[in-house]
Amino acid sequence: MKILMVDDSRTMRNIQKNVLKILGDPIYTEAGDGVEALTCVASHPDGFDLLLVDWNMPNMDGLTFVKRLREKDKTTPIIMVTTEAEKARIIEAIKAGVNNYVIKPFTPDSLLERVKQTMAKCQPVPA
Amino acid sequence: MSAVEESPAQPAMRTSHLIVHFVDSIQEVLRTMTGMSVEIGPPTLKKNPTPSYDVSGIIGLSGEFVGSMVLSFQQSTAQAIVNAFAGMAIAPDSADFPDAVGELANMIAGSAKTRFGGGTFISVPSIILGSGHTVARLNGVPCIVIPCHIAAGDFAVEVNIKPQFAAPLAPGAK
Repeated sequence: MKILMVDDSRTMRNIQKNVLKILGDPIYTEAGDGVEALTCVASHPDGFDLLLVDWNMPNMDGLTFVKRLREKDKTTPIIMVTTEAEKARIIEAIKAGVNNYVIKPFTPDSLLERVKQTMAKCQPVPA
Repeated sequence: MSAVEESPAQPAMRTSHLIVHFVDSIQEVLRTMTGMSVEIGPPTLKKNPTPSYDVSGIIGLSGEFVGSMVLSFQQSTAQAIVNAFAGMAIAPDSADFPDAVGELANMIAGSAKTRFGGGTFISVPSIILGSGHTVARLNGVPCIVIPCHIAAGDFAVEVNIKPQFAAPLAPGAK
């Protein structure tokens, strides 16, 4: 499983990695903002199985990144992991193409549950 | 006095009811992300611009409410909280130490502003390490300090905010 983590806090990326260990041994690629994340996407032509994206970041925020990504990639599951918890912001993120949402602070169980839920929903339909 | 002028006491009255949201956020973030319970002391008005302690994470607010929130730790308290947050020992001279302080400040401010009810935005965090630093505050707006205590020591959250657009007072109001 290949996961792209986009968060300006390395500590937060490490916390998420610790939680997701249970999924086996995912291969992580990390980005500190939306600009770096777009570069990571461009340099991984095989894509990712899941993206975990923060909202508030320098240079390019997570929402802008998601909008830019969805211009080309409509299907890769994206979970926004953020302190932005107002209903209007959640709706804005979902309209931009986010598949699921985790509000910081989160418990390990809640993050894991959202990841499992998202992966189950976004399974490709067998041909 | 014109309709939008206000006495120095009014900004505090307009934002003091928001302090409970910061208190709730401090407790929620520390409990959820570190497993620590926090004792909150009575909030006080702060007079000088020097943050309470040596390690500070600063978040700017804009939109419906403007100003700043400073999360300020004693060094030993910061160390204990950062280690619990990261799930491992983080050296104080490591780049991960200020990173973790910033993320905690981000979560507390983000969680609090959500409780305001929308329309307020937060900046990415800035971190200052070392005693004696000062933080520029809004002129004429009181800074409210929320004293906090955990087993490892003390920290404080300092809130200096006001509504972006003060509602005009009713004609004839004093």
